[in-house]
Amino acid sequence: MAAGDGEPILPPKPPSRLYRAWDSDIFYSYRRSPVTIIASIVVVIIVGAALLAPWIAPYNPFNPASLNLMDGFTPPFSESRMGNYYLLGTDNQGRDVFSTILYGSRISLFVGFSATLFAMALGISLGLIAGYQGGTTDAIIMRVTDIQLSFPAILIALLIFGIARGIIPPSQQESMAVYVLIIAIGLANWAQFARTVRGATMVERQKDYVSAARIMGVHPVLILARHVLPNVMGPVLVIATIGLALAIIEEATLSFLGVGVPPTQPSLGTLIRIGQQYLFSGEWWILFFPALTLILLALSVNLLGDWLRDALNPRLR
Amino acid sequence: MRKLLLTASVLALAATAMPASAETIRWARGADALTLDPHSQNEGTTHTFAHHIYETLVWRDTEGTLIPRLATEWAIKEGDDTTWVFTLREGVTFHDGAEFNAEDVVFSLDRARSERSNMRQLHADVESVTAVDDYTVEVKLKGPSPLYPNNLTNTFMMDKTWAETNDVVEVQDYAGGEDNYAVRNTNGTGPYKLVSREVGVRSVLEVNPDHWAETEPAVTEIIYTPISDAATRVAALLSGEVDFVQDVPVQDIERLSSTDGIKVATGPENRIIYFGYRLTEEPLASSDVTDKNPFSDPKVLEAMHLSIDRDAIKEVVMRGNSVPTGVATPPFVNGWTEELDAYPAPDLERARALMEEAGYGDGFTVTLDTPNNRYVNDEAISQAVVGMLGQIGIRATLASRPVAQHSPLITNGDTDFYLLGWGVPTFDSAYIFNDLIHTKEGNYGAYNPSGYSNAELDAKIESLGTQTDLEARDATIAEIWATIQEDRVLLPIHNQVLAYATKSNFTIDVHPENQPNMSNVTIGE
Repeated sequence: MAAGDGEPILPPKPPSRLYRAWDSDIFYSYRRSPVTIIASIVVVIIVGAALLAPWIAPYNPFNPASLNLMDGFTPPFSESRMGNYYLLGTDNQGRDVFSTILYGSRISLFVGFSATLFAMALGISLGLIAGYQGGTTDAIIMRVTDIQLSFPAILIALLIFGIARGIIPPSQQESMAVYVLIIAIGLANWAQFARTVRGATMVERQKDYVSAARIMGVHPVLILARHVLPNVMGPVLVIATIGLALAIIEEATLSFLGVGVPPTQPSLGTLIRIGQQYLFSGEWWILFFPALTLILLALSVNLLGDWLRDALNPRLR
Repeated sequence: MRKLLLTASVLALAATAMPASAETIRWARGADALTLDPHSQNEGTTHTFAHHIYETLVWRDTEGTLIPRLATEWAIKEGDDTTWVFTLREGVTFHDGAEFNAEDVVFSLDRARSERSNMRQLHADVESVTAVDDYTVEVKLKGPSPLYPNNLTNTFMMDKTWAETNDVVEVQDYAGGEDNYAVRNTNGTGPYKLVSREVGVRSVLEVNPDHWAETEPAVTEIIYTPISDAATRVAALLSGEVDFVQDVPVQDIERLSSTDGIKVATGPENRIIYFGYRLTEEPLASSDVTDKNPFSDPKVLEAMHLSIDRDAIKEVVMRGNSVPTGVATPPFVNGWTEELDAYPAPDLERARALMEEAGYGDGFTVTLDTPNNRYVNDEAISQAVVGMLGQIGIRATLASRPVAQHSPLITNGDTDFYLLGWGVPTFDSAYIFNDLIHTKEGNYGAYNPSGYSNAELDAKIESLGTQTDLEARDATIAEIWATIQEDRVLLPIHNQVLAYATKSNFTIDVHPENQPNMSNVTIGE
């Protein structure tokens, strides 16, 4: 660059993408809602801690070799019989409650996310087909949806879990338990997605861009995937967020009932099941901390879902 | 509609028959009776419940002594030491009014030793049962069998005509998932009649006013509710929803004893808690070792035995309420000795070295099947053992099920590694050998899913049934135990200690076989 050249006159720099996102309507409403900010911080902390569990947890509760039975029932903030320190105490097997919560949240979140993704994939596909195709296909899919919605999701999940237990040979059941849970919860929750997507698709189907694509000879699958799907994703995201909280609760419920993951690899629900046996005898911490984590997680995800619903609803702006 | 009418009339009848001072006991325990077919399952909870409706020829008091029930006398036949003669109680009627006689005993004993019966090992030595007259029955055995009456304490008597009318001459095929009329309907001679039954939920029994006993039981109605969750069970007692909790979780004994209006009785049970494993050469279905069975290596078994810290299980899991042992027989049983009972101190270094020597330095995986509502803290014991085995590289996955689903895994041989409890109603080691040690064939080995088969040992076990020289018999028992310990066929943990919690006006003695009978309950103020 030669000396003495003046600065070229440039048009005003367009705001960065980040700034644009920050300045958007959604983030405006986010910044204005302290509840949402707190909820998102809680979610980030719990999800982050769960993801980083192998590095931040002081013990590995899923490795039976690291447990010491004699350390069982150590109260929180104190030293055990064997002289180890446990932040939130230990459970009946000498597992560090704090580490177990971190690892347990991993399972709960993994099952929750996977089940919701599975339910989303299934529900969106069926909803798109029903809404676009109309007629008999629509009628059949929607009646199935109606039937499914008339049962509590947990009952359907229990039913699917029971069937899976019958099919899978006993020696494989425990290793398959997590996947069975995902499928069971996913199959119990797809109907909401199908119904919402179907409604939105029926609206989009009438629009000119869809007709144009159809006249150009685009394959219906491509029309649905490229043109319709992006336009129905708004409401789906809202349901997915609330559905995630629901799936986490359902996983906890199933594990609490003892039909979920094996007790040697506890999720939050399994921990609560173990802990509630010791309420009368005064070992409250085995139940309290996992339950608190579950409540905070489900509540925060729900609050985020509420906020998302309001933020994406043009009528509420 | 007919059923409804019938129920209504039964209820009406029951109402009229009820004495003025009806005393109800609401009884809760962890599991329900598996079936009401009296010969279908040889299982403690099932028998305890059945003892209220059906009766046996002989039974035991809380001390463990044999006492008369439907048989008033029993003796070895003069001049024929292979035959037992039972004199039956006269004037006994079944709940439907039919008279109880020798024909019913012949029928019931034949049924109990039939193909599908789960009780058959107890009658393995019986050759034939014949009625001499209406109230005398002769049981002919393969050889002299001085201890045979001990085997009769859980073999219930049914009415022959009732069984034929309702097509239940054959025993229910429990493992095959079959149902029959006797599974839900009963016709016994016992002190209580079945009024209603919702499997797994609630059963109601009413006192039988025509029972032969001179004194009528203080308890005239029993409401039996299985509550599988331990905390819920205790909560039900604390809130006054039930009067008697049979399976009290050890962690709650202290809390319950210090609660006003509730008392807790504890006592040792004639029951051993142990682990079993597949011992055949074929690879395990649930292991990552796919070319052989690690449990068939004696070094692996020794390592497992050395990795178990029984004292830690007693102190933490059982809170002091267990009697750790190194042999799979309770001290009540003939054949138990202090030497057998001794157990090794855990030695992890040696155990790890043994695993290394056996070629499993990196360990292996296996599934451990455990019940979660049958024995005191059964699931927690299994979990603790998973941890201990983890220390020597055995990575066990815990498969926890209610006993109704766990039990078929054992009897069908669908398990690689399992926890089980074994009560010994005969108070003799032969009972343990017959079902747990003998090769699974015919009348023997019903609860031996391990595939363990030792022809020499089998012959010794079979000889116990007909051995009359009690000293020689005891010597054979000692030899058999020595082989079992040497081969490490079972991995014993402890003897159970029982705790019964009741409202303080009820007095229920702790029964060594955990078979309390409501007809013996006394009610105070």
